[in-house]
Amino acid sequence: MESDSPVYKRLHNVKSIILVLSGKGGVGKSSVATQLALSATTSTNSKVGLLDVDLTGPSIPRMLGLDGQSVHMGLHGQGWVPVRADKEGKLSVMSIAFLLKSKNDAVVWRGPKKTAMIRQFLADVKWDCDTLIIDTPPGTSDEHIALTEHLAPLADRIHAVIVTTPQAVALSDVQKEISFARTVGIPILGLIENMSGYACPHCADCTNVFSTGGGESLAKRENILFLGKVPIDPLLVKLLDDIKILQQKKEQLLEQGERGEQNDQKQDVQEDSETTSTTLIQRYQSIPTYKVFESIARRILDAVQQQ
Amino acid sequence: MSTTTTTTTATTIANPKPDQPDNAPEHCPGTESTDAGKASACEGCPNQTTCQTAPKGPDPDLPIIKARMANIKHKIMILSGKGGVGKSTFTSQLSWAMSGDESKEVGIMDVDICGPSIPTVMGLVGETVHHSASGWSPVYVQDNLGVMSIGFLLPDERNAVIWRGPKKNGLIKQFLKDVDWGENMDYLLVDTPPGTSDEHLSCVNYLKESGIDGAVLITTPQEVALQDVRKEIDFCRKTNIPILGIVENMSGFVCPSCKGESEIFAASTGGAQALADELGLDLLGKVPLDPRIGQSADYGLNFLDEYPDSPATTAYLDIIDSG
Repeated sequence: MESDSPVYKRLHNVKSIILVLSGKGGVGKSSVATQLALSATTSTNSKVGLLDVDLTGPSIPRMLGLDGQSVHMGLHGQGWVPVRADKEGKLSVMSIAFLLKSKNDAVVWRGPKKTAMIRQFLADVKWDCDTLIIDTPPGTSDEHIALTEHLAPLADRIHAVIVTTPQAVALSDVQKEISFARTVGIPILGLIENMSGYACPHCADCTNVFSTGGGESLAKRENILFLGKVPIDPLLVKLLDDIKILQQKKEQLLEQGERGEQNDQKQDVQEDSETTSTTLIQRYQSIPTYKVFESIARRILDAVQQQ
Repeated sequence: MSTTTTTTTATTIANPKPDQPDNAPEHCPGTESTDAGKASACEGCPNQTTCQTAPKGPDPDLPIIKARMANIKHKIMILSGKGGVGKSTFTSQLSWAMSGDESKEVGIMDVDICGPSIPTVMGLVGETVHHSASGWSPVYVQDNLGVMSIGFLLPDERNAVIWRGPKKNGLIKQFLKDVDWGENMDYLLVDTPPGTSDEHLSCVNYLKESGIDGAVLITTPQEVALQDVRKEIDFCRKTNIPILGIVENMSGFVCPSCKGESEIFAASTGGAQALADELGLDLLGKVPLDPRIGQSADYGLNFLDEYPDSPATTAYLDIIDSG
């Protein structure tokens, strides 16, 4: 009976599904989901899918430099083809942003419409991947209920990663998200404390902008595996924010011809060799937080594979 | 134009009514009609039961909300497409600054149902709401500053509120209808969750008749946040809410040890200033990132009073004066 569900039919080949959750907004769910996806494509040979179900504020396309891309219909009515983030097609991405005409358009939808869209994202997209990472909006409402309902036939391979920032205001919302995951029976793989400390570029003194240690103590209190602290890294912010601009600059430079500007931007741009996304991975590997996050990602992926 | 209330003429109407679905049977009385689901034309229509049971006519609660809101002089919404940019922190600072004038009555309504932060940032964790003959009484921080949030209604702070849209809308309506804000309130600040969905639509719909003075949009400098704020601006324009201006929060960071400035969330596309210029909006100000703001919020303290020397305090006060 379960195998009749269209979502099950579409996703039964996916080995594991990881939900990135947080009750609070702006704690870095999308950047964690992006980093996790990038780490998964580099460290293992598996194919990774990244689904952004934040319908009113999708961030994933921007972070992967995929702004303005659109989704195609597959042949023979086989559903939507997700957008590929790299040449080899190891990372495929789906987000509502790919369906909008203008990035300024608001998606002013009430619950039932959001639920229907999420069902389509799961059942009508040609997912061809071993691991599906799902980035969620903040809260515990329609999107989350829809996900758990539609993924119910695949419950044996769903896991959740919780992201928080260290301050009390965030922790109280994250606490609610943990209680949500427990209520609906999604096993929690672990908790990441994001934005924990910031190293001043002038004096290298570390400041706890949003305090520190809050996530760790929450994990201890709730008996959840603590995956680690990730400091604020302005380079990562820049990387995830800027990729599109670098692309544009590159195009501009190409138009202007190869010679000219001797500034450092040009060097940046020249590093962009073939496609933006392969360089996104390379660039990602060159920033300081990569090492911190890499070990966290490995722990997550290992834990998923063991189960 | 239609005469749907008189059944005798119902069969002679040729023009489809505005509330008639496209796939309606011939002679459909319209979904808003008192005959919906009951007329002879409804026999066999797949929507018959829905029409029969759905409430008819305009929402009977709207006049009650209007009466309740009539005593409130200004209603301001604090919006942002993005989460975690400081909506609740800004709301609390704004309320403290406004209520510094003892002749003014200020209220905060927190409509973030799934992640209410206002009780924490106002130092009201564990408080409960009292019922009286005139409705629910908000929790008062000081004589002229009242607060209402779902956080006060939950038996256990740790529990998740796993609600779909309609249930959230019901609660928001109740907040608007049943909370007794007092005789003469000068400002009601509505703190919202991120996004453009049920909570926002409900607030706008229920407050439409009594009027919303405007919205303050909060953002952080990076493009990922600005993208979502653009959507929120589109939402305001679609729903005809005037935008009072944009506040750029977490704008730059001053290291407490060396006083060197750096950008944590770099404005790769020019930040809120560029966005405001592009869309013809006012930039009310930029608030630098100060770790003490976060601490004050965690302990529910008034940052403006605690650290009057901080550059962030000056920025807040400038914004509040201009707003």
